[in-house]
Amino acid sequence: MSGELDIVPGITTRREEATGVLQKLVSRGLGWARKNSLWQYPFVTACCGIEYMSVMSARYDFARFGAEIPRFTPRQADMLLVVGTINIKQAPILKRVYDQMADPKWVIAYGVCASSGGFYDNYATLQGIDRIIPVDIYIPGCPPRPEQVLDGLMLLQKKIENQNHKLIDRQPAPVEPGRP
Amino acid sequence: MSKAVIAALLERFPDAVYQPYVGVGGDACAFVQKDRIADVCRFLRDDPAMDFKMAPYVTAVDYLGANPRFEVVYNLVSTSKNHRVRLRVKVPEAELSVPSITPIWRGADWFERYCLDMYGIQFPGHPDPRRLLMYDEFVGHPLRKDYPLKGRQPIIPEREIDDLFRGPGPAGRS
Repeated sequence: MSGELDIVPGITTRREEATGVLQKLVSRGLGWARKNSLWQYPFVTACCGIEYMSVMSARYDFARFGAEIPRFTPRQADMLLVVGTINIKQAPILKRVYDQMADPKWVIAYGVCASSGGFYDNYATLQGIDRIIPVDIYIPGCPPRPEQVLDGLMLLQKKIENQNHKLIDRQPAPVEPGRP
Repeated sequence: MSKAVIAALLERFPDAVYQPYVGVGGDACAFVQKDRIADVCRFLRDDPAMDFKMAPYVTAVDYLGANPRFEVVYNLVSTSKNHRVRLRVKVPEAELSVPSITPIWRGADWFERYCLDMYGIQFPGHPDPRRLLMYDEFVGHPLRKDYPLKGRQPIIPEREIDDLFRGPGPAGRS
């Protein structure tokens, strides 16, 4: 594991160093826990859903990676799987589902339609869900092979492993105007 | 069989039905005057020899550059007599309205809303004239030939939902 996190300032007091080590330990532990228990919210809108079922079921077995249970409420989910075409009429719904998920949360754009609009280059289709919500992993393919999806999930696990996790994250949640 | 239908129509409505021909696949087709289409359809449904019980497909066509520009196409089926007929109505761009046939066949409801949504053709007499597929904020009619190919429109804010059981939806809840 090497990255920006590992760069230690030249002069540190012992206390800072100690907390740094402790925080890193906690962060690693949390990262390990989080990457292996990704509960998912499948936002399935189109034909990629068939491949998604294949990934979930016994032959490819998404649950091997800890992405065990689809939670059909965004409040219990860590990972939003956007599976399929999102049109402009539907975009506010997806945005709301993303907003309802509790931190920490990650998003996978599953298939080209979710990633870039795919061949639906027309008046009705959102040209990639990254226009409304941040995306962590893009899985190309129309629809992607289950192997590609597993590869994408493993990439996401690596990404989570390398992220900085805190036990209590005091970052205030963004409040939208007009909403409680 | 369906030629008999056209013959009956020509006899019954000599001033409204014109230019009969045999379409692709052998269907009997004819053009109908715009303001008489409801009368023709009512006759086709109520006459026991016609007995058209369904309007399985109603759509519109945009012949950009032609005059009149639009056309509404009615495909009708009789399940008891096993015959079908296709009626075409020419709609000029200056007067984009065709009498609704939804009071005659309830199934034509969404097809007429589709034509309203995609081509902007009005159907006076329709019980619920709203857009079918696109959202209300959408400007223009996307299946018209002069709609720009990639005519994207801005993302809309979330809309109020009327929930039957819980009242107004989350967007309006505070």
